Amino acid sequence: MKGLKFILAGIVFGIVMVKSEAVSWYRIQEMFRFQSFHMYGIIGTAVIFGMISVFLIKKLKLRDVQGVQIRLAAKDKQWVKYAVGGLIFGLGWALTGACPGPMFVNIGYGYLAMTIVVLGALAGTFVYGRVKERLPH
Amino acid sequence: MIELLKQPWPWYTSGAVIAAIMVTLLFFGKSFGFSSNLRTLCTLAGAGKKTSFFDFDWKTQKWNLLFLLGSVLGGLIARTWLQSQQPLQLSAATITDLNALGIHFDGQLEPEQLFGLQSLSLQNVGLMLAGGLLIGFGSRYAGGCTSGHAISGLSNLQLPSLVAVIGFFAGGLIMTHLLFPLIF
Repeated sequence: MKGLKFILAGIVFGIVMVKSEAVSWYRIQEMFRFQSFHMYGIIGTAVIFGMISVFLIKKLKLRDVQGVQIRLAAKDKQWVKYAVGGLIFGLGWALTGACPGPMFVNIGYGYLAMTIVVLGALAGTFVYGRVKERLPH
Repeated sequence: MIELLKQPWPWYTSGAVIAAIMVTLLFFGKSFGFSSNLRTLCTLAGAGKKTSFFDFDWKTQKWNLLFLLGSVLGGLIARTWLQSQQPLQLSAATITDLNALGIHFDGQLEPEQLFGLQSLSLQNVGLMLAGGLLIGFGSRYAGGCTSGHAISGLSNLQLPSLVAVIGFFAGGLIMTHLLFPLIF
């Protein structure tokens, strides 16, 4: 099955999110209160290893499994959406202690009440799609 | 080996594994970004009939839905076979601060008081719906969440992603320090 590798990658993601406690509401609170290095350490090492990897991928012109040279799409430069959208996201991130990945990991872990957060997130995505044209970007 | 995996993982191993997942997806010809799934799920639910934003071929995103499925299974596996017996090592200062808000630290991943099924009060449901709404709306508005901007975007030295991440933190700080005392 072609899709199996994506399921496996997801499984590793789910496990690491739990074992590093990045799915924890408490840990997110600790981060926003600057009372521990833990979350900064996780995000920081991920970004540093990520930067080195992406640099090497570009430098060595590495190819993906289909033989196509790996190219990373540049983000468009519309600043309002990043600042305002980011701020709105952050409010929800601190309130629920979850971002889109961890809310699903939490459901798998057994916190079924997270389904409500997911429903809210789907509704929020839907509302954005409806009003997109009327928002500054 | 299993005993070792059961321990809470130090932050640097987790950061390295997260970066490895991002790189693996790049080699599969995809890019790491979780919140796109929320849009795909809206499309699957039929939102594309009325709104052009959701009118796209969801099959191009099937791989990401499988990744989502895997992440749920990962949570289940961690709970079933890799659960640690020791309580979460939360900083004492955070425990004190949360206590002052009336939220008690119980050593689990999530406060039972907020996310336990037996404490599912109308207020908790409202808070979770509101939080989810902000996350869904904000991540689509910003064109990505923590995985797409903080990990993928910053790794690719994207200035727009840095702006988004600063926004994530500003929003989080406002919620934690200004709004929490009003909510709890």
